[in-house]
Amino acid sequence: MTTVAQRPGAKPATMAQALQRALRDAMAEDPAVHVMGEDVGTLGGVFRITDGLAAEFGDERCTDTPLAEAGILGTAVGMAMYGLRPVVEMQFDAFAYPSFEQLVSHVAKMRNRTGGAMPMPLTIRIPYGGGIGGVEHHSDSSEAYYMATPGLHVYTPATVEDAYGMLRAAIASDDPVVFLEPKRLYWSKAPWSPDAPAAVEPAGRAVVRRPGSSATLITYGPSLPVCLEAAEAARAEGWDLEVVDLRSLVPFDDETVVRSVRRTGRAVVVHESTGFGGPGGEIAARVSERCFHHLEAPVLRVAGFDIPYPPPMQERHHLPGVDRVLDAVARLQWEAES
Amino acid sequence: MKKSSTPVRDPARKTPPADAADRAPAPAPPPWQVATDPAPLLPDERPFRVLGTPAEAAADPALLLRLYADLVRGRRFNTQATALTRQGRLAVYPSSAGQEACEVAAAAVLADRDWLFPSYRDSLAAVARGVDPVEALTLLRGDRHTGYDPYRYRVAPLSTPLATQLPHAVGLAHAARIKGDDVVALALVGDGGTSEGDFHEAMNFAAVWRAPVVFLVQNNGFAISVPLAKQSAAPTLAHKAVGYGMPGRLVDGNDVAAVHTVLDEALRRARTGGGPTLVEAVTYRVDAHTNADDATRYRDDEEVEAWRAYDPVRLLEAALRGRGLLDDGEVARVAADAEDMAARLRERMNTDPVLDPMDLFAQVYAERTDQLEEQARLLRAELDAEAGAAGTSGREDAR
Repeated sequence: MTTVAQRPGAKPATMAQALQRALRDAMAEDPAVHVMGEDVGTLGGVFRITDGLAAEFGDERCTDTPLAEAGILGTAVGMAMYGLRPVVEMQFDAFAYPSFEQLVSHVAKMRNRTGGAMPMPLTIRIPYGGGIGGVEHHSDSSEAYYMATPGLHVYTPATVEDAYGMLRAAIASDDPVVFLEPKRLYWSKAPWSPDAPAAVEPAGRAVVRRPGSSATLITYGPSLPVCLEAAEAARAEGWDLEVVDLRSLVPFDDETVVRSVRRTGRAVVVHESTGFGGPGGEIAARVSERCFHHLEAPVLRVAGFDIPYPPPMQERHHLPGVDRVLDAVARLQWEAES
Repeated sequence: MKKSSTPVRDPARKTPPADAADRAPAPAPPPWQVATDPAPLLPDERPFRVLGTPAEAAADPALLLRLYADLVRGRRFNTQATALTRQGRLAVYPSSAGQEACEVAAAAVLADRDWLFPSYRDSLAAVARGVDPVEALTLLRGDRHTGYDPYRYRVAPLSTPLATQLPHAVGLAHAARIKGDDVVALALVGDGGTSEGDFHEAMNFAAVWRAPVVFLVQNNGFAISVPLAKQSAAPTLAHKAVGYGMPGRLVDGNDVAAVHTVLDEALRRARTGGGPTLVEAVTYRVDAHTNADDATRYRDDEEVEAWRAYDPVRLLEAALRGRGLLDDGEVARVAADAEDMAARLRERMNTDPVLDPMDLFAQVYAERTDQLEEQARLLRAELDAEAGAAGTSGREDAR
């Protein structure tokens, strides 16, 4: 477990600003870092995460590519082969799918299939998830696909500070990292000091965002604020909920999760992704296997429904909210205690 | 490539009649397109040849003799590898028999600093570039995915997913140019591979970035069983280059001197900032797709025999003999050298590779995850139990 301390002199900053700063600092530090993707140059990206990078580092370091995701990732593989450290932006979750073959067959496997001779130090940034009123194909939670592909790391920050530190760690990694950015948290603000930013060490570890004793909410990315709000609301019911932010789905920090659940005896996994075949199934299984004798109730999952992402006017019914989380907490067999 | 900034005009527009003078003038189209003259990009009308043409006289005899030895060795490599599948020493072998001119020319034309991006049918090109033949064949023997260090030979891993190696070649060439290195990437693909989306995207990126990369399509007539007519309606595959704004070249893929010449020109263009070239080599896969394929189900013997008669090795041999550059003694010496290579390969492939099951967990990541550590312990325990059981039964036998 890693704890995150707040820095002195911090001012409110958005996650988008922290991500931009991470890219900028990584590019300034290492000339091998190249940002590439659709509209990342002159425009600064549709979410403005690459704002100002082309102006500061030139078009060759921050490149507007042709509109072709397989080509973007495929050429990034070749650039990584030649010693560069590409940071690819996929414009939206669902727009990353054309690059899937390059991701699965080459990015994820290249180190292994060359006996370690050819590592793939590249970062694939993907804005993901819903809640921004996006029309069709702009709100997918695609993390389960990436989790199921050995060879990839899968990170997803949920706070401003982590957005900076985890992106720096992803770019510094000699392995490929799918870096999932919760797009509805892009404009979330937190006190953050851009002048004393630090990378998250060690990368790939979960963190307890809120200590508690009654039950553990296990979550990540866009669902962290939902869980923290649910935990506050639960106090009225007499539940003191612990909230674990996974931060990294691969590698998975069993240790932090297991330590928490063994202590609380109850767990709910919360995410936007579909429940069936989603990350929650794997997480619940891991917790059950390791905490069986400590559990007072089955591990429950609160997830998006098993449907294609709905039209924006309906999305609030699909996304796990505070009430759905609290309903799940209520089903954790408390009656056995009374 | 000449670019003109003259706006494209609508030829149908005429001077308005006089009675229209009081009306608002019809809006003129804004300049919307910069025209690129496609003529210089068009490929040769018929496959470019050197052997048996006036161009042959200008060909360097030393180069031709070297290519002849490469061809003979290449052919022998193909027959030996196919034989190894029958002996169970290779899981599968996609032969490049009939296509050796493309394979050896691709290797011979590159400088040491350049990179080769082969597909799964291009083991021979890798070997001709210098990769140890046993290392090149581990993929097909089934003991290691890539048996050689790509950086040692500057040969990318043999790529099985079709055309996916092409964007890698573009990216590597682009990176080399960014770093200011004089490095060109040569990427190999088949006619079937040109239907893949990655072919299109690689061509487009290469042209937009003016990357120092050359694409060699070996049009061997078939994608497993599917003939080119079902693969593409393009006039030739080389014509596809024009749509991307790069030159296309059409070459006789059985004429090793012609393939070498065309690739050499394309590499020079790439080195001097001229950008990519798409080369289509017209050739034929005289063997089946692999040893597991039955080619009689989809093509006639007569067609195969016609191509066997137009054999790349015999084509060059006849040309060299005709110019007095080759005699029976040299032919025998080259054949004996190829036979030695085959005998060494046979001998080395007839020993079982030594494998460590624990290698399964190596190089999945730079550092093993906790989950992989746990799984490695499981396999270790299984192996120890196996070894223990073998040891126990051994002791029982001894009693």
